[in-house]
Amino acid sequence: MDQVTQVIWDGLFVGSFYALIALGYSMVYGIIKLLNFAHGDIYMVGAFIGYAILTSLGGTFQALGLFALIVVMMISMLLTGTIGVIVEKLAYKPLRGAPRLAVLITAVGASFALEYGVSAIASPNPRGFPVRLDGDFVLVLGARVTLPQIILMLIAGVLMFALDLYIRRTSTGRAMRSISLDMKGSLLMGVNVNKVISRTFFIGSALAGAAGVMAGAYYGKIDFLMGFIIGLKAFTAAVIGGIGNIRGAMLGGLVLGLVESIGSQLVGGQWRDAFAFAVLILFLTLRPTGILGERVTERV
Amino acid sequence: MTIDNSTESIHTVEAEAKKRGFGAWLSSIFENKYIGLVALGIALLMPFLIATPYALNIMTTAAIFVVLAAGLNIVVGYCGLLDLGYIAFLAVGAYTAGIISKAFELPVLFTLPAVIVMCILAGLIIGAPTLRLRSDYLAIVTLGFGEITRITANNLTITGGPSGIFGIPGFLVIGHIDFQNPVIFYYLTVIIVAGLVLAAARLGRSRLGRAWKFVKEDEDAAEAMGIHTYKVKLLAYIFGAVWGGFGGMLFASHLTAISPMSFVFLQSALVLMAVVLGGMGNMKGVVLGALAISLLPEFLRDFSSYRYLLFGILLVVVMVFRPQGFWPPRGAEAERTKAERELAALANGLKK
Repeated sequence: MDQVTQVIWDGLFVGSFYALIALGYSMVYGIIKLLNFAHGDIYMVGAFIGYAILTSLGGTFQALGLFALIVVMMISMLLTGTIGVIVEKLAYKPLRGAPRLAVLITAVGASFALEYGVSAIASPNPRGFPVRLDGDFVLVLGARVTLPQIILMLIAGVLMFALDLYIRRTSTGRAMRSISLDMKGSLLMGVNVNKVISRTFFIGSALAGAAGVMAGAYYGKIDFLMGFIIGLKAFTAAVIGGIGNIRGAMLGGLVLGLVESIGSQLVGGQWRDAFAFAVLILFLTLRPTGILGERVTERV
Repeated sequence: MTIDNSTESIHTVEAEAKKRGFGAWLSSIFENKYIGLVALGIALLMPFLIATPYALNIMTTAAIFVVLAAGLNIVVGYCGLLDLGYIAFLAVGAYTAGIISKAFELPVLFTLPAVIVMCILAGLIIGAPTLRLRSDYLAIVTLGFGEITRITANNLTITGGPSGIFGIPGFLVIGHIDFQNPVIFYYLTVIIVAGLVLAAARLGRSRLGRAWKFVKEDEDAAEAMGIHTYKVKLLAYIFGAVWGGFGGMLFASHLTAISPMSFVFLQSALVLMAVVLGGMGNMKGVVLGALAISLLPEFLRDFSSYRYLLFGILLVVVMVFRPQGFWPPRGAEAERTKAERELAALANGLKK
């Protein structure tokens, strides 16, 4: 019993990271039908920005622990959001209306440029994150739950809740939803499509940046390829939940976290990643619309 | 009627050539039908110019890379399916060759039937469930499959786990001629590679190749014209897989040791880059692209830390400014220029 609750808790915790990154994937895909391969790398850039700020500010700031981390996370979110917008302007915007293959290849190129750009600037070796969040655990229903885990999950929850409100209640959110339904129609109704798309990239990238800082502080080690696998998994989470659907992405993240955690308990941790991709392929063949997604047909 | 058309087009080409001077002169050289033979001749003469073990090693690796690019060109260039896990087929070929030849102490050449069968199987396993999907889902699923292949190789005992397989027997020994000798192996590789590139190019001009190009241009129209698109796409996948398998077999016997580290995503991306930069669909361009991608790093040693950064930026720049690659296929529908793209975007309401 204890082991079961532990596995479920671990799954939910990792799943909340996946959900944060899956949101950006899902938002961008929902609005301009672009598979943003560079999204996982934005997460990595976020972690490196957090690292750079924390090391340059020195020990006294680092001693503030959680407070320092939240400040750094905010700055990192702003910067990664800006980077996301720049990537969109340089790499994706010129190709609107181009064939799908061209856009996908550009996305791979952008991802490559970000990865090896960071590797060239910060050296390819892994770095230890200066602020670690570890602490005593409390037993909840037999599962070991640490305080940082609860805090990180709370932060993730608050960010997702805010995003959900933003999309449902504000005019920009309404514009995003209308663009995803019918871009031409929204344009005719006076929606500034380019601006809304930029903002979507900003928000998605900022969430990924936040997840990057959180992951750095939790796992304690960052390297320039850390975004690759997590980007794939976030995409899996988005597909599980129904790509383009914001709440679906959150649900998909948690489901993927659980499936992975249970799966690696059953067949061994070294198969963890293979397990996640097998779930992706299974979902795409059996139910490509995901749990909450609506039916999408490829436009002729 | 057709004859009339072709003579007319020749006249216009000549007229164009007079007008455009140097550029046209260059392209008339590149479009010369003997260019492939000249390239083969150069490849065969190379060991007379430079025959250090290091140079031979680099040149053999480059030749193997050319096979991979030719195979991926069938999938991406001819059929328009983005495969981001192509290196998985190299892995399947290399591991099949390595495991069988080591277990039965056979020369690697004799594993060829098994390699082909395994690669066809791998192509079916990856292609069958995914080729019905939307085109962009396909990209990410192939990426996932590439990773699964690597992780599987890393975790199984038959593949030797993280340390891989080493001490793979030589390619073939006939009497006193050991094909493992670097010079002989180089010639062998070049000849096999040339054959495969030629076969892939011929395939592109066959009935099946025309079906591929049709599917690439407009899948729905192709389906309406009676092409079984799913079958045709699956065939592209299988042919790509077999080319990858050949590459894997050469790879295994060239290095005599393989490990999961050789089959990471970076390699898939590099092969894709060769195809895209060279010109998707044009086999000559792809060969040139593959040689550039595999040989340039040797000349750019000083910039080694910026190499992949440059590759990534180059990929974006090429797609934005010259999406057809440096050497696009002749006779293909011209890619949209930037102005036309903007017009199309305007028509779709993407821009003001």
